[in-house]
Amino acid sequence: MNDMSTRAKMPSTEEITLIKKFLDDTTLFLGPDPEIMQNHDLMPRTDIEDAAITTVSDAHTVAKIRDRIQAGCDEGFEMVEQMGAAPGAKWGDVITGVYSASGDLAIASAGGVLIFSALVHHPIKFIIKNWMNDPTVGVKEGDGFIHNDSRYGNVHNTDQSMILPIFHKGKLVCWVASTVHEGENGAIEPGGMPSMAESPSDEGLKMSPFKVVENYQIKRDILTFLQNSVREPKLQYEDMKVKLFACLRIKQRIEETLNTDGPEALVATLRLTMENVRAEVKRRISEWPDMTVRTYIIQDSTLRENCVVKINCKLTKIGDRLIFDFRGSSPEFTNRATNTIVAGLKGMLAQVFLCYVWPDLPRGQAAFAPIEVITDPHSIVNCSYDAPNSQSLMSIFTGFTAGQHAVAKFLYSCPEKFTKVHAPTFNMINTFIWGGVSQHGETLGNLCADLNGMGAGATVNRDGEHALAPVFATMADIGEQELNEEEVPFLQLVSKKMTRDAIAPGKYRGGQGYTMMVATKDSEQWGFMTTAQGAKIPPLQGLFGGYACGTYPLCKVKDVDVYDVLMNEPERFRHSIEDLMNEQPFDEASYSTHHMGMGFEISKRGELFMISQGAGAGYGDLLERDPGDVIKDIEEGLISPGVAARLYKVVFDAKTLAIDFDATEAARAEERQARIARSTPYAEFIKGWNKPKPPAHLQYFGCWGDDTGTLYMGSPEITRRGDQPRPNYMTHPKDVRIAELEARLIAAGAMGDEKK
Amino acid sequence: MKVPMTEYLRIDLDTEKWECRVCDHVIAPAEGNYKEGLLVHNRNPRDIHPPIIDPEKYRFTFSPDPDWVRILEFCCPSCGTQVETEYAIPGHPPLWDMQVDVAALKAQWAARGPSAVPDAGPVVMPDRGHGH
Ligand SMILES: [Zn+2]
Repeated sequence: MNDMSTRAKMPSTEEITLIKKFLDDTTLFLGPDPEIMQNHDLMPRTDIEDAAITTVSDAHTVAKIRDRIQAGCDEGFEMVEQMGAAPGAKWGDVITGVYSASGDLAIASAGGVLIFSALVHHPIKFIIKNWMNDPTVGVKEGDGFIHNDSRYGNVHNTDQSMILPIFHKGKLVCWVASTVHEGENGAIEPGGMPSMAESPSDEGLKMSPFKVVENYQIKRDILTFLQNSVREPKLQYEDMKVKLFACLRIKQRIEETLNTDGPEALVATLRLTMENVRAEVKRRISEWPDMTVRTYIIQDSTLRENCVVKINCKLTKIGDRLIFDFRGSSPEFTNRATNTIVAGLKGMLAQVFLCYVWPDLPRGQAAFAPIEVITDPHSIVNCSYDAPNSQSLMSIFTGFTAGQHAVAKFLYSCPEKFTKVHAPTFNMINTFIWGGVSQHGETLGNLCADLNGMGAGATVNRDGEHALAPVFATMADIGEQELNEEEVPFLQLVSKKMTRDAIAPGKYRGGQGYTMMVATKDSEQWGFMTTAQGAKIPPLQGLFGGYACGTYPLCKVKDVDVYDVLMNEPERFRHSIEDLMNEQPFDEASYSTHHMGMGFEISKRGELFMISQGAGAGYGDLLERDPGDVIKDIEEGLISPGVAARLYKVVFDAKTLAIDFDATEAARAEERQARIARSTPYAEFIKGWNKPKPPAHLQYFGCWGDDTGTLYMGSPEITRRGDQPRPNYMTHPKDVRIAELEARLIAAGAMGDEKK
Repeated sequence: MKVPMTEYLRIDLDTEKWECRVCDHVIAPAEGNYKEGLLVHNRNPRDIHPPIIDPEKYRFTFSPDPDWVRILEFCCPSCGTQVETEYAIPGHPPLWDMQVDVAALKAQWAARGPSAVPDAGPVVMPDRGHGH
C-alpha cells in the first residue's frame, strides 16, 4: 500500500482544471455552502475597491455619501413598515440595507431588526458564487432574488428577503436588500415558526436564493407557486411587491449618488465604512480588561417537553481579540426545532453590541466582523443541515443573554463606555401566535406584537423599563391590539396590565412584563400557540447581586364562555391571572397550567388562554434599593406589600405606606447579619453542593462543570464528545405519557391480558 | 491603585487582591476566583420569586421549580453585601466567572493612571461594615 501511494502521480495543473470543471458540471445539489455559512468576517478588499479608495478617501465625502445612503435605507424601511401587510412589517420586524459588490452589508436602516444585518450577506454571497456565472441563471440589471431558507442564511424561515443587484454602466456596483418577518410559510403549524417540526421537511417553504424578478417585474408563474405554498397567498404577493419597491427606492437614492459623485465615491464609501467600523471595534475591545468570563443560561424545554438545555458561554478578551466560546452547549436535537444555525447565533450576538454596547456605531456587518465565535459541530448553537431550526429563536435568544451577561462584567471597569452597564433583558417571545379562518372568512396565520414587549434589564443607575422592546429590535413597537382585533376573531380581554409579583429584584429592579388574556369570539376555526422557555427555570441571570426574573407559565380556563359571563354575570370576571386561577370564579370551568411550548391548539369561543410577558434582570444587592422606590413599586401594582416587606426589608405602615426609615435601616442591618449567619464559606459549601454529574431526576443536555468536552444527552449515563456528533432523538411526549400510565396500570395489575 | 471591577468588587493592583468595595474586606487573590473568599447560601428560588398562583392546585405557578434550579447567593463575609447571584442547576459547580489576567490589568492601568477610574458604585454608608 505504502509503495502505491508514494508512487501515485500528482495531476498536472491542466488535469486539476479539468477535474474541477467535471466536478462543477456534475454537482447534483447546491446545498448551503459551509465556506459562506461559517464565515461572518468581511470579504477581502477587491482591486476595484482598492482603486476606488485611491480615488476617493476624503472623510467628509465619505460621511456625506454614507448619510445619503443611510437616509435611503431609512426611507426604504419606512416604506416597508407603512405598506407591508405582515404584522411583523407594521411593528418594525424589518430591515433594509446596502451591500458591497462582494456581498457584505455596509449600511443598514437605523430602525428595525438588526439581527438581519448580520445574516442577509450569506444568500447574496451564495448568489455571487453560484448564480452569477451560471448560464441558466445569471445576474442582470432588473433582476431580483428571493430567499427564506435559514440554512442559506437568516434567522428562521418566516423571514423573507428581496435582493437586487445594482449596476452602473453595465457593471455591478452593490446590492440592496429588504427583509421582513413575514410569518406564514406553509409549515405544519400556522405562523411560520412551528415548534412541532421534527425535521426540516415540517418547516414549510424553503427558498434557497433564486430569481423571482426580471426587468423589475415579479414573475407571475413563480409567485403563484409561492402563494400556493403558504396559508396567506395575498400577503405573500403584497409583501413581495412592497419589498421590491423599497429596494427600488434605495436604488434610486444610490443612482442619485452615482450621478453626482461617481461610482468610485460610492464603492469607497461602502468599503471604508466597513473597514473603519471594524478597526474601531478592535480599538474599543482593546480597552477592556484582559479576562475570561464564564456564564450559562438554561432553556427549560424543547417546546415539546420540559428538560434542561444548557447554553454554555466562555468569553475571553486578549489584547484586541474577543472570543465567544460556546463549546459545552447542548447537543443539537435531531427531532426538535430549537436548534440554530451558527450564523443565527452570531447575528444575535451582533445585537448585543449594535443595540446594547455600541449603539453609536454605523449599523452593518462590520461591527461584529472581528469578533470570534467557537462552537461544537452539530450542537444546539451550530446545527446541521438535517436538524429542524424553526424555533431557533430559543437558542439565539438564550445565546444573546449569555453574551449580554458576560459582556457586562467586562464593561464595568472601562473608563470609556458608550452605554450603561446593563443586566440581561428578558429574552423570550411571550406572545400568542394565532391562525385559522377569521370573522371575515380570511385564512390567516401570524402573531400578536406583544412579543416585542420584553422587560428591560436594570442598569448601573436605574430600574429596567417595563415591556420596553424585544432583544432583537430595540426600536420596534408592541402595536395596537385594537387595530389587530378588526382583522382577527379574538379579543385580548386583559392586555398590557403589569403582572404583579412577577419580579426581578435588585438595587435596581428589572422592568416588568404584562398580562395577556385572549379568548376567541367569532370563528369556529381559530387557535393559538405559544413558544417560549422559562416556565420552570428563568432564562436569565441577574447581575452583581441582582436576581433574574421568575418563571412564566401558560394558564387555561376551559369549559366556560367568558363572553356569556361578561354578558350575564360580569361581576364574576377577574382581571388578573392571580385572581382567576386562585378564586376559580366560574362554576363548571376547568383551570390548568402548562409550560410555554403549546403546540397549535384550536380554541372554543370564550375559553381563556393567559400568559405574561417577562421581566428583565435586576442589578445589585436588593437591600440597597431606595425604600421610596419600593413603595412606588407597591403603588404601581408591580409588587404586593407583603412580598416587598419580606424581600426588601422595608418597614412601612400598611395603610398609609409611610416608611419608617430607622426601622428599615435596622431591619436591613439585621438581614445582612442573617445572611452571614446562614451562609457557608465557599470551600466548605462546594463539598456538599458540587456533584460530579448532572442530577438523575433531570433530563440534562450539555456539559457539566469544567469538563466542556463531554456533552450529556438527557441522562448522566449518555454522553458524546463535543467534537463528535451523535443523533439525539427525543421521545414523543404522548408516548412518554402513555408509558407512564401503562406502568401505573401494570403496577396496579390492571393491564389485563392485553396481547403484546 | 484600586480598580472597581463590579458593583461591589475591586482589585487592588498593588496587593493583587480582590476587595469588597463596601467594607474594604480583603476577599481573595486577584488571579483567583473571588467567590472562594465569599460566603454562599443555597437559596430556594421560591423565596425570591413567590408563587403567584396556588402551588397546591397547579404545577406551574410563576415560581421557579426548586428541584430544577437553585439560587446561589454570594455575600461578603464581613459586611453581608450580596456581591453576586448564580442561578444554578442543583449540584452544578459554581462558575469561576471572572478570571482576570492581573499582569495585563496592571499594565493597562499603569498607562491610564488613576484619574481614569470610573466613579460609579455602591451606596456606602459610614457606619456599615466595620461595626462588628
Ligand atoms: Zn464587604
